[in-house]
Amino acid sequence: MSVFAFYLFAISVITGGLFTVISRNPVHSVLWLILSFLSAAGLFVMLNAEFVAMLLIIVYVGAVAVLFLFVVMMLDVDFAELKAEMAKYMPLGLLIVLIVLMQFVMAYGAWDASAAADGLRSQVVTDEVQNTAALGLILYDEYFLLFQLSGLILLVAMIGAIVLTLRHRGDVKRQDVVAQMMRDPKLAMKLNDVKPGQGLQ
Amino acid sequence: MADFFFNTTLGAILLIIGQIFLIVIPLLLALAFLMYADRKIWASVQLRRGPNVVGVYGLLQSFADFGKYIVKEIVVPAGADRPVFFMAPMVSLVMALVAWAVIPFNDGWVLSDINVAILFVFAVSSLEVYGVIMGGWASNSKYPFLGSLRSAAQMISYEVSIGLIIIGVIISTGSMNFSGIVAAQDSNYGLLSWYWLPHFPMLILFFISALAETNRPPFDLPEAESELVAGYQVEYSSTPFLLFMIGELVAVVLMCALISLMFFGGWLSPIPGLPDGIFWMIAKMGLVFFFFSLIKAITPRYRYDQLMRLGWKVFLPFSLFWVVFVAFAAKFEWFWGIYARYTVGG
Repeated sequence: MSVFAFYLFAISVITGGLFTVISRNPVHSVLWLILSFLSAAGLFVMLNAEFVAMLLIIVYVGAVAVLFLFVVMMLDVDFAELKAEMAKYMPLGLLIVLIVLMQFVMAYGAWDASAAADGLRSQVVTDEVQNTAALGLILYDEYFLLFQLSGLILLVAMIGAIVLTLRHRGDVKRQDVVAQMMRDPKLAMKLNDVKPGQGLQ
Repeated sequence: MADFFFNTTLGAILLIIGQIFLIVIPLLLALAFLMYADRKIWASVQLRRGPNVVGVYGLLQSFADFGKYIVKEIVVPAGADRPVFFMAPMVSLVMALVAWAVIPFNDGWVLSDINVAILFVFAVSSLEVYGVIMGGWASNSKYPFLGSLRSAAQMISYEVSIGLIIIGVIISTGSMNFSGIVAAQDSNYGLLSWYWLPHFPMLILFFISALAETNRPPFDLPEAESELVAGYQVEYSSTPFLLFMIGELVAVVLMCALISLMFFGGWLSPIPGLPDGIFWMIAKMGLVFFFFSLIKAITPRYRYDQLMRLGWKVFLPFSLFWVVFVAFAAKFEWFWGIYARYTVGG
């Protein structure tokens, strides 16, 4: 049963990744990428890392991929030109793939698992503490400073992005919410008693 | 027989499928009558009669609508992306249904009793936005596309504050399991010990965010009939349209279930001494749904910039502040420890 589930998720990760690259339509590519993310989340669940799996779905599929999709949908891409570009860079890409593959093979061949590895692989926390609680304990107790620092880096990146793109445009009429809410019918409307056959003026 | 179901793989799969039907079929049947109730409440507020022709008091109206949708012709717009076009309503409905796998209806009555249930619901509801985006994009038409962009931006914005509100409840409970959250609200004081009292501001925020997240009025901007015809659903007809409608309504009922589990103690009895049970859960969900319908009838639609401002500039800072507040209140046991109800961990 779990072997079947593993192969299902593993094959759909690879299929998703493959079609992300070879799809003609960029929107389809993003949709395949989402399939890949979801299947990876399934693999995490099978490794008893349910918290990481849920985070993967919430952060990557629920937020990042949506932004990808927005950007890709808005783009006006010339597919013929894109194909020509792809053909031009194909040999270089294949070369890089080959090199990376060779590195993996060499690394795996030279890798000699320690006899104690199986023991180390078992849980770092006791059975009574749940996965999520254990993550929290490690993150907020042992690695508190690193956690705070990474948060600070993200904050700086966010502020940087906002500062880079913020433009104050003088020609746009801005909405003053307080002024909008403070308006009352007496100021906004004028009632005229129009006599029949006369009109205003 | 019991041996076959509990000890063989095939038996286990059959058992799970049976449980799934046990949840989905009553849910979809209830949905037909909730749709009817929704329209009746709406009609009552506007002093109309509402559906009253099909069946006794119009009770079978939803089934008549269902049949009508099924037999209509499926129209696919020219230049539409056919696979994505048909996948969108399916994604919409399936994602809405999948979340019910972790919703308990009574003590132990849950399909999948996982540790991260509340995160699972949050993750799945964050996937619902794909039905909207895919539907709008695949239609190859301007109005659905504009509608889907609006809708997606709206759903993402309110997901942020929903997430922060959920974190407050998790801090108070020390568990992400719904059974744990309900158990943490159990005490001898009945309805006074439920989370609606300590988390009252968040109850209101969650209710409003749920309205926005499920595209219900007053935040039904993707469907703003006056400007966008019907948002991302413009090009859909027949069964795909029906799937979108059902998916939306299932998401609404899911939000009702979430509110009753997180803030109103799920299946716990409000008065000490009365027995707990599934009828309390159903009654609470019904009550929350009544408020959803009432809001639809009595509020005018928001403007889009007002909606975004409310989500990002009001709800987000307030719920962020509330998370900090709850963290302190739970840690130092302020207010007689009503914010610290740890059942596990801690």
